Amino acid sequence: MNVAKPNSYRSGPDERGHFGIFGGRFVAETLMPLILDLEKAYTEAKADPAFQAEMNGYLKTYVGRPSPLYLAERLTEHLGGARIYLKREELNHTGSHKVNNVLGQIMLARRMGKKRIIAETGAGQHGVATATLCARFGLECVVYMGAVDVERQQPNVIRMEMLGAKVMPVQSGTRTLKDAMNEALRDWVTNVHNTFYCIGTVAGPHPYPTLVRDFQSIIGNETKTQMQEIEGRLPDSLVACIGGGSNAMGLFHPFLDDPSVEIFGVEAAGHGLTQLHAASIAGGRPGVLHGNRTYLLMDADGQIQDAHSISAGLDYPGIGPEHSWLHEVGRVKYLSATDDEALAAFQLLSRLEGIIPALEPAHAIAKVMELAPKRPRDHLMVVNLSGRGDKDVPQVGDILRGKK
Amino acid sequence: MSTRIDTRFAELAKQGRPAFVTFLMAGDPDAATSLEIIKALPRSGADVIEIGMPFTDPMADGPSIQAAGLRALKAGMTLKKTLELVRGFRKDDNATPIVLMGYYNPIYIYGVDKFLADAKSAGVDGLIIVDLPPEEDDELCLPAMKAGLNFIRLATPTTDDKRLPAVLANTSGFVYYVSITGITGAAAADSSAVSEAVARIKRHTKLPVCVGFGIRTPETAKAIASHANGAVVGTALVDALKNSLDAEGRATDKTVDAVAELTAALAQGVKGAQQAAE
Repeated sequence: MNVAKPNSYRSGPDERGHFGIFGGRFVAETLMPLILDLEKAYTEAKADPAFQAEMNGYLKTYVGRPSPLYLAERLTEHLGGARIYLKREELNHTGSHKVNNVLGQIMLARRMGKKRIIAETGAGQHGVATATLCARFGLECVVYMGAVDVERQQPNVIRMEMLGAKVMPVQSGTRTLKDAMNEALRDWVTNVHNTFYCIGTVAGPHPYPTLVRDFQSIIGNETKTQMQEIEGRLPDSLVACIGGGSNAMGLFHPFLDDPSVEIFGVEAAGHGLTQLHAASIAGGRPGVLHGNRTYLLMDADGQIQDAHSISAGLDYPGIGPEHSWLHEVGRVKYLSATDDEALAAFQLLSRLEGIIPALEPAHAIAKVMELAPKRPRDHLMVVNLSGRGDKDVPQVGDILRGKK
Repeated sequence: MSTRIDTRFAELAKQGRPAFVTFLMAGDPDAATSLEIIKALPRSGADVIEIGMPFTDPMADGPSIQAAGLRALKAGMTLKKTLELVRGFRKDDNATPIVLMGYYNPIYIYGVDKFLADAKSAGVDGLIIVDLPPEEDDELCLPAMKAGLNFIRLATPTTDDKRLPAVLANTSGFVYYVSITGITGAAAADSSAVSEAVARIKRHTKLPVCVGFGIRTPETAKAIASHANGAVVGTALVDALKNSLDAEGRATDKTVDAVAELTAALAQGVKGAQQAAE
């Protein structure tokens, strides 16, 4: 694609929230004053050392950061190529990377005096993280979740309820993550006076893609420091799964201006790219949904199409706008893994490393299984293990038993 | 440049009465019935017709209008067919203003320039695009003005005095005041709050101000219209349409009449209102 290469890949977005043609603020007028307020509050918070210090304190003692960078020796040996390091985001409190962003947003909400928090969730990891921090800070919490996802991610629904959140099953549309986001936006537009919308991924209207990226960048920043300590240099490649793309953006962003680092995002190819899938870059084109312009799955009339992935967290017909831009400028390579490949990776990592991954990062592991053997033994590959698989155990158990 | 919208509001001002603005979804429940319904609106008392462009993910709409869009899409409605619907209507009516209302993505995918040319030639007068605030005016608003179409902006209870000038800057035709914070068909509008808000907007613009969201009955329509230049009713008409369908969601011989009868009743309400003081 013919897109001018920027001097830095880390300078976006512009003041209107654009990464190239992507991003923007495509929202109803009712919400516009709110997202302008949020932008202002975030700019002020970012410059406030007290805000940063308070957040760092919670990241250390409540979330449990830094998360380890772990050399997966048996996986490395099994694949016979690159040295594979796992960034252990699944060891965070609440079991995924989602908590990094939620902590930041909840602290912003408190700063803005908002008492009621709403969130959308797919796999339930963002919902659990939001419910957790709302419990910690005594805030009302309402989580919208597609009815299909409520069904396939029961353990997380129960967790959210135990934490005092109200889980609202969404019956409209395809009853998955995209509809949960529609319903959360409808709630927000109705309850503007007291409600903060805690978006779980690097998507939505500006400034969300930026602030979620910034809160998640701790993943890449730690990785840089840790790899320097362990191996004395930068990694050679990074691999992460992508639904909206927050765990990937968090790992990638600090490395975007390090040209020696190859970067791979892994979308969900579902049943395969010629059938039902959730790979917006591989199978979509630029359009406008949920407040931003980005790659979307849609038909010839611009109607949004159903996504499919075995993983509820990747089952979304779009992707964060900065990923769309990084794709067009060629800085990040976007690959995809099918349901079956992810299931195989899920089992492999469980058996070789004693780590049951969530189905989402199992997609990243699936591509590591292809990429690592083709690379030399001194190649350092980091994969973001963005969540743990406890929530997927019932679903995968059913699938595997059904297959036997 | 004067459009059918400007002409219609000028006529109504002369008559000293507010406008009755109707909303229905294009292609609901099917393209042929939809055309018959829209043709019936002016003779039932509609002064301005808003036609929804169906979209899979209508973030500002309540369950009734969401369902209407899905019925239309299921019956094969597309943006191209929506423009054909307007063309069909224009064969017999060259005076009633038509405003297309919806979300940006189908237009973006159709192609902005092609869409504006095709919409103009089909007889469309204005556009209301929910997810295009003034911050995104370069996308469609400015090209639409250049193409001779009115771009009608939504002002809301959260649009404060500081923001109003920006919201009104590139608005033409009329201003659509969303009377509640919320989605279509949700709560009822409070007429004293509406009166204050309309007065506030009028301090910033000479354009007519129509009020919508939350108006369901002739009584509310009358109360709201007496404080504004027009009242918009959508969900109540969409519900009347839906209640006339058979169990499979298909049109029956009652469908067109069901919408026409409610339109007539609401129009009576609006026309009973005194024009708001200019």
